[in-house]
Formats: sequence, C-alpha cells, structure tokens
Amino acid sequence: MAKAAKPPKPEEITKSLDYKKTPETHWMDTPVEFRPGMYCYGTRPKYLEEVGMPNPREWSSADEDWKLPENWKEIVLEGIADRLNKHRSFRLFMDICVRCGACADKCHFYIGTGDPKNMPVLRAELLRSVYRKYFTTGGKLLGRVAGARELTMDVFKELWYYAYQCTECRRCSVFCPYGIDTAEITIMVREIINLLGCNTDWIMGPVANCYRKGNHLGLEPHTIQSNIEMMCDDIEEITGIRIEPTFNRKGAEILFITPSGDLFGVPGVYTCMGYLMLFHELGLDYTWSTYASEGGNFGFFTSLEMAKRLYYKVYAEAERLGVKWILGGECGHMWRLWHQYLATFWKPPDNLEDPVSPITGTKFEHANSSKIVHVVEFTADLIRHGKIKLDPSRNDHLKVTFHDSCNTSRGMGFFEEPRYVIKSVCNHFYEMPENTIREKTFCCGSGSGLNSSEDMELRMRGGLPRANAVRYVHERYGVNMLANICAIDRAALPTLMQYWVPGVEVCGVHELVGNALVMTGEQKRTMDLRMEPLPGVEEEEEGEEEE
Amino acid sequence: MYDGGKIIAGIVIFLIFALFPIYSNIGKAYQPPKPKLDTPEIQKMVVKKCVEPKEYMIPEHMKLIVDWRDAALREAKRTYINSRGERYTISLQNTCMKCHSNKKKFCDECHKHAGVKPYCWDCHFVKEEE
Amino acid sequence: MGVWFSLIVVIGLIVFPLIGVGLLGLNALFGIVVPYVALVVFLVGLIYRVITWGKTPVPFHIPTTCGQQKSFPWIKYSKLESPATGWEVFMRMFLEVVTFRSLFRNLRTEMGPGYRPVYGSTKWLWLAGIVFHYSFLIVLLRHLRFFRQPVPEFVSLIDSFDGFLQIGHPHLQITGVTLLLAVFYLFLRRIFIPQVKYISLPADYFPLLLIMGIAGSGILMRYFLKTDIIKVKELTMGLATLRPKVPDGIGVIFYIHLFLVSALFAYFPFSKLVHLGGIFLSPTRNLANNSRMKRHVNPWDYPVKVHTYEEYEEEFREKMKMVGIPVEKDVEEEKPEESEESEQKE
Repeated sequence: MAKAAKPPKPEEITKSLDYKKTPETHWMDTPVEFRPGMYCYGTRPKYLEEVGMPNPREWSSADEDWKLPENWKEIVLEGIADRLNKHRSFRLFMDICVRCGACADKCHFYIGTGDPKNMPVLRAELLRSVYRKYFTTGGKLLGRVAGARELTMDVFKELWYYAYQCTECRRCSVFCPYGIDTAEITIMVREIINLLGCNTDWIMGPVANCYRKGNHLGLEPHTIQSNIEMMCDDIEEITGIRIEPTFNRKGAEILFITPSGDLFGVPGVYTCMGYLMLFHELGLDYTWSTYASEGGNFGFFTSLEMAKRLYYKVYAEAERLGVKWILGGECGHMWRLWHQYLATFWKPPDNLEDPVSPITGTKFEHANSSKIVHVVEFTADLIRHGKIKLDPSRNDHLKVTFHDSCNTSRGMGFFEEPRYVIKSVCNHFYEMPENTIREKTFCCGSGSGLNSSEDMELRMRGGLPRANAVRYVHERYGVNMLANICAIDRAALPTLMQYWVPGVEVCGVHELVGNALVMTGEQKRTMDLRMEPLPGVEEEEEGEEEE
Repeated sequence: MYDGGKIIAGIVIFLIFALFPIYSNIGKAYQPPKPKLDTPEIQKMVVKKCVEPKEYMIPEHMKLIVDWRDAALREAKRTYINSRGERYTISLQNTCMKCHSNKKKFCDECHKHAGVKPYCWDCHFVKEEE
Repeated sequence: MGVWFSLIVVIGLIVFPLIGVGLLGLNALFGIVVPYVALVVFLVGLIYRVITWGKTPVPFHIPTTCGQQKSFPWIKYSKLESPATGWEVFMRMFLEVVTFRSLFRNLRTEMGPGYRPVYGSTKWLWLAGIVFHYSFLIVLLRHLRFFRQPVPEFVSLIDSFDGFLQIGHPHLQITGVTLLLAVFYLFLRRIFIPQVKYISLPADYFPLLLIMGIAGSGILMRYFLKTDIIKVKELTMGLATLRPKVPDGIGVIFYIHLFLVSALFAYFPFSKLVHLGGIFLSPTRNLANNSRMKRHVNPWDYPVKVHTYEEYEEEFREKMKMVGIPVEKDVEEEKPEESEESEQKE
C-alpha cells in the first residue's frame, strides 16, 4: 500500500482551478489516472469474508491487476441489467439526460478539482456510455457515434475512481430539470463494484464491524458503556450532577440510537454529552442499546442489500426491548436512510406505538408509520413548549453558523428545526451565503465513506466550497463555531477547517443545547462541555478574587 | 411501487392529444376548396387571365396585393405593369374584385381552408353578394 | 467532431427528399409512407419506452427535498419543494413541467477574486429552454390548421396572436423566429461554453440541427419559396383522414420540411428526447416527502442474512454480564450445541 500522500497547500489547489479549461482529448480518450491522495485503499479480504461478500483477496486499488474473476465483465453487465430492472430511477436516469449541463458546476468535487469527469453529467456518462453499448440498439449499432463504449478494465477502474469521488450528496439533483440524481447512479455503480469485491477498506471495515459488533467503530458492549460513563464523569465535573444511563433495558419507553461516532472522539462526544444531559434533565424513560449501537450505515455506501442487513438491528432491538418508539441522534446519512429507506427495508414491529413526546404530549404525526423521531425534532418541540430552561449566554463565546448536511437537507427537508434549536440556545447565529445553505448546501467533501486519511487531497478539494462559505462568515462576522447535525461532519469538518479556515471549530447542535441547558440542582457552570472555561464566568471570578 | 394506473392514464392522455388529428377526422372525406371563377365579368373574357399567371398568383397573391397597397397608398402609384407588359390599375376594389366579385366563393373558399384571415376587409368594403 | 457528423446527417436528410421527390418523383413515398411510418415509430416507440420505465418498480422512496419537511404545525413547510400530499406533488410536478422550476434555480459557479468560487444566478439556459419548448408547442398547435376542416377556432386565434405584429405577408409569426433563435442559442452554448462542449455528444447536436432544419425549411416555405398551401392541405388531410393522396404541384421544399419532421418523430423514442415522457416518472420529483407517515413497500424485497441479537449476545455475553448489561440467557453451563446458522429475515 502506498503511503498516504499529503495534500498540496490550499493556495496551490485554488490557483490551479480553471473551470473554463477542459482537457485536450475527448473524455473517452482520456484514461483515468489514479493520483495518490485522491482515492482510498481497496478492502482487506477479511472484511468481505466476515459478511459473506464476493471475491475476497489481497489487492490494492493502486495495482495494475485487481485480481478480478475471469468473467468479471459478465458480472458487471449482469449487474447492470439486474439493476435496470429493479430501479426505475436508474433506468430512467440512463435514458433521459439531455446533457444540458445545469448540474455541471454544482458538484463540490468538480468545483474543488476542476476535473470534468466530476461534473455530475459526465460522472453519469461514464456508466451511461457502457449502458448504451450493451443495452440500447443505437449504441450496439453505432458505437461511439451514439456515445457508446466498450467495457474494459480501464473503464471499470474509471467507474470505480469516480464512484468514490461522489458523496451521493444530491446537490446536482436539485438543479436537474428532470431530477436526475447522481446519488442513484453512484449507488448502482458501487453495488456493481461490490459484486467484484472492490469496495474500499474505509467503507468495508465499518460494515464488517457494524454487522457483528453493532457499530462501525467496532465498540464492544462494555466499551460502549465505559465510553458513556466517561462522558458522565465529565458531565459530573461540569455540572455536579451524576447521570446513570441504562443499556439494553427492557420496558423502556424509548430506544435511543445515535451514530457510534458520537461515542468516540471529539467533537462527537460533546454532542453525546448534550443528549445525556438533556435526557437526564427530562427524566426520560429511555435506553441505549449495545446491539443496535449504530445510527449510521456504511452498508448504504456498499449496496442497498448491505444497508438493509445492517439496519435489521434497529427495529429488531426495538421489538426485543419492547419500547414504544425510537429516537435517533444527529447524523446525516443515517437520517436519509431512516427517513427514506428504513421502514421499507424492515416493517416496523407491532409493539411500536405512534410516537408521542412524554414531556410535552406532542404527537409526532409525521413519524406515525416509521415510529422514529429525530432528536432535534424532539428538542425543538421541548423548547417550543418551554419545557426546558435555557441560558443561551453560556454560548456567548461562540459565533455560530449552521452547516446543513446534504442528507438531511435533500433527503429529508430538515431545515427549520435545527435552526430553531440553535437560535434558542445561542445568541450569536449567522447564516452562510444563501446559495451554499439549505437545499443548496455543499457537502463536507467526506461523506459516503470517503472520510479516510489516504484520500485527504480529495477531501480537502471536495470540501472547498463548504469551507469557502464558512470563511466568508468567519471573516465577516467572526464566526468561530460550525454547528451541524451529522457525525461524519463532526469527524471531517475539523480537518477541513484546519486546512481552509483555521480558527473555526465544529460541534453538534446538542453540544450547544448541553451548554445552555440549565439543569435542576446543577452547580454554577464555569466551563463548557469541552471543559474549557466559560469566558464571562472566569472574569467574574477573577474580579471576586481581586476584591 | 409502480403507479401503473397513473402511467396508463398518462399514456391515454398523451394519445388523446397526439392522435387528435386522426380520430377527429375518422370517416370524414376531405373536400378540397373549389374557388369559383364563374363571375359574369370572367365569363365575358375571351382569354381568361389574371394580372399575373395562375401559377404565380396562387402562392404569391398576398404579396402582390400588399405590394399594390404600398404602391397605391404610400407612393401614390396607381399603375402596375405585369410580367407580360400589360398595364393594370392598382386597386383591390376596382381591379381584383371587378373580376372576382364573388368574395365568398373565391377568396374565402381557400382562406377558410388554410385558416387564413386576411386583413384586407378591415378597411375594404365588401359588396353584398346576392 | 460531433457537430460535423450531425451536420452531415442533417444535410443528408435534406438531400434525400430533394433527390427522391425533385428528381425521382417519389412523391407518394415521401408524402405518405414516410410520415405514416414516422408517426407509428414515434407513438409505439415512445409508449414502449414509457411502459418499460413503468414496469420497472420504484423500490425506495427517494424524493429530492428542496424545502422544509412537514413536521410540526408551528413550522411552515414547503408544499412545493417538500410536498406531503398527492395534491402538493401534483403541483410540484405541474410547475416543473410547465415552468421548468428546477432549471430556474440554476446558478453559475465562477472563480471569484482571491481564488474563491462564487455562485451567481443565471437564467439564460432556463430562458432559452422555455422559449424553445413553448415556441415549439405553439408551432405544433398552429399546424393543426392542416389537419382539421374547418380550422378550429383556437388555432385561428393562436395564429392571429402569433402574427399580431402584422409584418410582411403572410404575417410573420413570432414563434417561428423565437423557436429558431432559441435553438440557435442552445446550439451556440454547446460550441462556446467549454464544459458544455466537453460533454456534448453527436446526439446533442443532431436534434438541435434537425430542429433548425425543420424551422428553417418551414420559414423558407412560408415566406420565400412559397408553395400551393391548398394542395398541401389536401395532402395532410389525406393523411389525417387515412385516405392519403399526393396532389401534384407541391414544391419540393414541402417534402423536405415533411421529411425532416418525420425524421425527428422517428428519432424521438431512441434519443434523449424521451425526456418528454420521462420527466413525469422521475422518482426524485414525483414522490411525496411522507415516508415516515406512510410506509413505502419495495415489491422485490427479499430475505437477507442478518446478525441476530442471539448471535450477538452469544459472542459478548460474558463481557455484558461483567459490566452489568442485562442479557437474555443468563446461563453459564453448556453452550447450545452449535451456533445456529444466521437467520434469513425479511
């Protein structure tokens, strides 16, 4: 395996970008070049074996020989044919694109790389050209004139390379006059890639972990418990209140599931501390599960079947524990899946009831079928009904902006609830420019399983548009905190900020809630959830000392 | 999920629009217009001829008439010399309509078929036809 | 390369009837057989295409939400961008189809000062698209005068509005000009905008050039190379009443026009032009954002191998017990004979 390449300097990237320049050669004649820093390593065989996926072997995506089975071409073509018959979106999107180019400059990877194959239309054409060759009369007869090309090993590698330079963020689909969604195409290409065992290590590892241990990080039950207890220790130090969360408890009213990223590493754990404090303050009858300990789903970046296999645990655990409904933590692709896929993958079990907030009595009618509620919806409702006491001044050292995650934005329509919560717990909130937020939000550049270290240049390039918008509010308003509701954002954005906009930190919305939450019987707060001193309080104390 | 019903309904609506020219004409035979040249004035003519040859008049009469209008009204020119060297008075009323006194059976016959509504009659007076 | 190839094909399509009718006198072939064949290919091909899409299921509920979801009564949701009901979906689709709403959102990314990308509004593509499509629609409707006797009132009305400038004789019809201009713009952007040029295929230039040919020959026939329109109507009415005939004395320009139109119709189902039908079926636009309110069923759902809680507890029971996490089977004696094969669950 090649050593991870260091990304170039930020100004080297921006100065090299020229959107008006296209390669001298036609894209079909421009072979793919695997540039270190722009792609991830191939998966280790053991991960494939653990979940029973095809073609486990030692290989590297940088190798000439990918050690594919002899009939790889048939497998790919059958894979395409099979999916054309199963997904209307796929078949339709292969047929109706007019190449108007409206999507071309909407992709963060195109904006950050200037590589025309990262224009959504061309990314799709990479596969569409193969589709034409083998599945349309015109393509079969006329070949290249009809925009068709043979499937060769180089073409397969090109599909691979660009399927992992797409974060399935759907921004292009907002602008497409026919709603063509490149995510749908990337999902299909990745499924086909997985028929040959060519997933990336960074995706396959979490998948194998999640399958057996219940979460991407591979945290075992006792580790989950001790991680959360460590957070409780910190909370006790900050607030003087001891929280005793329960695990795998039968008969709880609510099952809480969050991405495992919140259980491990900063700044995810601060968000998790926010949940713990809030639920404790409410006296919520809820339980964690160590079995269903993952809200996210890297299976979705592998194949829809794998996504379904991993999500079996959610409803199964809700049924086993006999809870009434499920509350989900802050996560991007988790909520795309929970909102749009989960209840289709698995029928919600009968023991679940229509979700009702035990605190406010609000019926979450929009979740009556799937019985799953977003924690930010839950909190927004609490605040709306004045059920929690908040002191937003505890966040006064923060000038906050909000990054809409791709998945919750364009796969759920989740815009107002997080803003309502943030504005209730912070006094200083600033929006990024209009064309970079809400449905037009830019990806962090690391979504859909690309947040590895070996493709750092790709991530920094892909994150350029997002970072650029943060830089705007940073310079204009002094924004120093980038809030979001996505675990991958919390993992990826700190690196991105360090690279493009030093001085901006990253947090989950519930970290801000935890800061502002006035808990019954708490001691005077002198530090925030990061255990950094609260500026105002510190001065006061110093003043007292002087007296 | 297929939404088959909606798709079939869509196809039916599409066909209703696309095939309108065909099904709305079913069983009908089209009678092409037959402009009449049997006015007394024309019958009097020994050699039946218009200001220009018929082959020119059919596609280009509208142009000739508008040219005449411009000549008469804008340039006060009242004489037209045709391709045969003959002189005609430029006048819709007194030249064209003198022979073709049957507007309904001559002008309108074709104009109706072609869906054309010339604005000659916005200004010009049409003699009552018996 | 794509441009030249397409241009040669379109020129070929002009030369074909020029020789066929002009020299060989194959009027019946070009006046009757070709249009009928083209119409049948168009209808059958397009319907076949739509049915093929329709037979392909929509396994998952994947609307692209471009606005606030419906959640609480105190948060206003976006009925058009995140529709929650069938009626709202209908409105979203309706506006998408008749106003090209998504394209109206279009932005242009440019490298701004200090090497920072900036995003500005750009409506040219939308404008050209909408002018093109509506001009084409009106031109099509105007042509109904050749297929109905008497000419329907609405067709005459369109005709008089379209020609209200009263320029020239016959009156210049605005949509003919706007159609040609819009197509020309769409063509030029494929030549001059580098990204669009890079993605363009012959299949992109060809329909534009073909439509230019159609509009051009139509305009030529109406204003310059006039032909006997009454004879033309005799021919078209023959086609419409299924009693085809080819009157003598129709100029070859008409046959060129008709052949290009036939070519467009016959080409339609095999090309990107099927977006005409496809847009209605696009699952990112025509589904309500209500997947947590109403369960979406995948018709080809199949059982998959899962890792059950029992298997999980089997592996971690001791560790769970050690830290006091409740377990289902609190047995220390002999383990079950064999770990069961993973269950297949649906």
